[in-house]
Amino acid sequence: MTDLSKTGTAPGEPTDERSPAGEHYLDVRDLVIHFPTDDGIVKSVDGLSFQLEKGKTLGIVGESGSGKSVTSLGIMGLHTVGQYGRQRARISGEIWLDGRELLHADPGEVRKLRGREMSMIFQDPLSALHPYFTIGKQIVEAYRIHNDVDKKVARRRAIEMLDRVGIPQPDQRVDSYPHEFSGGMRQRAMIAMSLVNNPELLIADEPTTALDVTVQAQILDLIRDLQKEFGSAVIVITHDLGVVAELADDILVMYGGRCVERGSADKVFYEPQHPYTWGLLGSMPRIDRDRTDRLNPVQGSPPSLINIPDGCAFHPRCPYADVPKGDVTRTERPELREVGSGHFSACHLPREDRERIWNEEIKPKL
Amino acid sequence: MTNPEGADAAEPAADSTADSAAQEDAVASEANAESAAAVTMTSEDAAPGEILLRVTDLKKHFPVTKGVLKRQVAAVKAVDGLDFDVRAGETLGVVGESGCGKSTMGRLITRLLEPTHGTIEFEGRDISHLGTAGMRPLRRDVQMIFQDPYSSLNPRHPVGAIVSAPFKLQGVRPEGGVKKEVQRLLEVVGLNPEHYNRYPHEFSGGQRQRIGIARALALKPKLVVADEPVSALDVSIQAQVVNLLDDLQGELGLTYVIIAHDLSVIRHVSDRIAVMYLGKLVELTDRQSLYDGAMHPYSKALLSAVPVPDPRGKAQRGEDRILLQGDVPSPLNPPSGCRFHTRCWKATRVCKNEEPPLLQLRTGHQVACHHPENHEDQRPEDTELLSVAEKTADELDSERSAIEQRDREAVGKP
Repeated sequence: MTDLSKTGTAPGEPTDERSPAGEHYLDVRDLVIHFPTDDGIVKSVDGLSFQLEKGKTLGIVGESGSGKSVTSLGIMGLHTVGQYGRQRARISGEIWLDGRELLHADPGEVRKLRGREMSMIFQDPLSALHPYFTIGKQIVEAYRIHNDVDKKVARRRAIEMLDRVGIPQPDQRVDSYPHEFSGGMRQRAMIAMSLVNNPELLIADEPTTALDVTVQAQILDLIRDLQKEFGSAVIVITHDLGVVAELADDILVMYGGRCVERGSADKVFYEPQHPYTWGLLGSMPRIDRDRTDRLNPVQGSPPSLINIPDGCAFHPRCPYADVPKGDVTRTERPELREVGSGHFSACHLPREDRERIWNEEIKPKL
Repeated sequence: MTNPEGADAAEPAADSTADSAAQEDAVASEANAESAAAVTMTSEDAAPGEILLRVTDLKKHFPVTKGVLKRQVAAVKAVDGLDFDVRAGETLGVVGESGCGKSTMGRLITRLLEPTHGTIEFEGRDISHLGTAGMRPLRRDVQMIFQDPYSSLNPRHPVGAIVSAPFKLQGVRPEGGVKKEVQRLLEVVGLNPEHYNRYPHEFSGGQRQRIGIARALALKPKLVVADEPVSALDVSIQAQVVNLLDDLQGELGLTYVIIAHDLSVIRHVSDRIAVMYLGKLVELTDRQSLYDGAMHPYSKALLSAVPVPDPRGKAQRGEDRILLQGDVPSPLNPPSGCRFHTRCWKATRVCKNEEPPLLQLRTGHQVACHHPENHEDQRPEDTELLSVAEKTADELDSERSAIEQRDREAVGKP
């Protein structure tokens, strides 16, 4: 634990934001997912905590290899038991969903929840859909696993869902195979499949990365509408800040398997408090503005997850690593501290410096 | 270049490349410029603003064959009649959805593919049907940067061999030796020159893309065609590469044709932008006029579909957003008339029957549309909307009212 009196004037002193279990719909606490490999331990997720309420959308942003997807698979319980029942990943922490702890629960119980309470939309629908079975058959399967109904009822449900996600002539297309669909339609079909049991938690892992902009706009619109309709909690994982800005209420920025900043979309976009978030914002060419002279990207490349730098994982790339920070040493890992209401940031920079740098150096250049 | 100062202006540019070969070129071009006097430039180096590449009615149809006899049953009309110029020193951005033929276009102008019809003129010379041998000297002037930094570098060759390959193939002996020149190039693109003997797998994606750029720049090309140069990279690395391309253009006076699907990147890098749809150009104009006042409905829809990292403007954008229905039709059997009529909310009968020509409606702003946005209608007499358009218009209306409803509800809540 760092000495807070020296490092800043964070209003919410305790980093320990524990509340009684079950208070939030989804409560992830101190999640750690490590993969032992021959080259060393890959620390994909290294102490991640966040909460999510029903009806809200959380956007998880980060570059490739920051642990976004591993987090989502971890929540779904897909790392817990590997193929042939072997435990491949080392997982610790707690995941509370609607008052139940999932990580230490019986795998059979979690399996009952998967697909019904929580479901997932994957990035690449072509590899997530089975090429040998018709779209209808795959949706029917997902429905019948959790509902004791006959095939006819399930098929009607599948057609209804395909219609809902905007597939034309659903009663015919239900018998098509995935390869007969275009990219956008496959993604719609997958959304239909993941929503067939009205899940309360929907995780969308890069749902539009493989799609063209016009189709992306359609899919984002669809996700937004469906969330309104079903009132589910949604986690959107993406590297595109534009997509999170469109969908998310809250944003979590990940770097090197850890959360570096978390807060409402408004705070993260307009008053970001972490140099990495500044770098991300500075890296983006903007469609809504004419070009400023040059982009201001983060220098260097993301760290290897086997060899995460000591202290703040971002310090080798951070332009402000040399700003004096009292007696904080480089090897000291910054804790996630509250910097505003519901706004957390993990940075050693004193608050005054952070605000000055943001207002004077970063903001004018964006 | 009619004034004598023009020749002087070429000198600092040559200095910055710090290479005697380039200086010789510049001297030659000076001499040419003087002799050519007021006549149009025919010298080796086109001056900024001169037309470097001209494409006329360019078509590429890929045959679809069937049976043992390979009887042609159809053709994929990947590129179907393009006309445009690229001026020296500028960056032409080409955007469009996947399958619109933008990559095929890139491969045609670098002559990695042979056009089915039409001409490609590079510096006034028709290169459309030159053979391998005929193209070889031109390969020095036209280079390409590829999308995927993983498959475009030979995994068995060290970086030194990859970047020096152009010298070997062209028989060029750079001053100071190949190795020294390669190391200089690596430094120019921001890599450590000591990594000369490393293999591609030892580099990250962004670094590999830099190797590809160093290779493309080795022979000091005049035109660089970059096909999705940053789409495979992470956001922060993407910005580094965009900046690098930008700097190199300033230093070396390069001309770029940048092909990308990301409209934000295109907006950042381009001087002029061409929007393609199903093998055709629908709009060609400078950056400012496209983003401020796109005339083709497709460009407008494309621009409005891009998610913007600005949560506060979300509600406003929701209202302005044009959601296109459906997917891009197959280029195997493109729609009649205007190819966009099946998804356009303004389509009328004439759109279905008659193909709109690419016309210059304002200075430097070419559009192929019967009913352009932000401009007077080309076919005002034709008002009968097609059923698609009616449906789309209805949906736009209902969507808008849904948004209004939502806003009202939001206001009603405490």
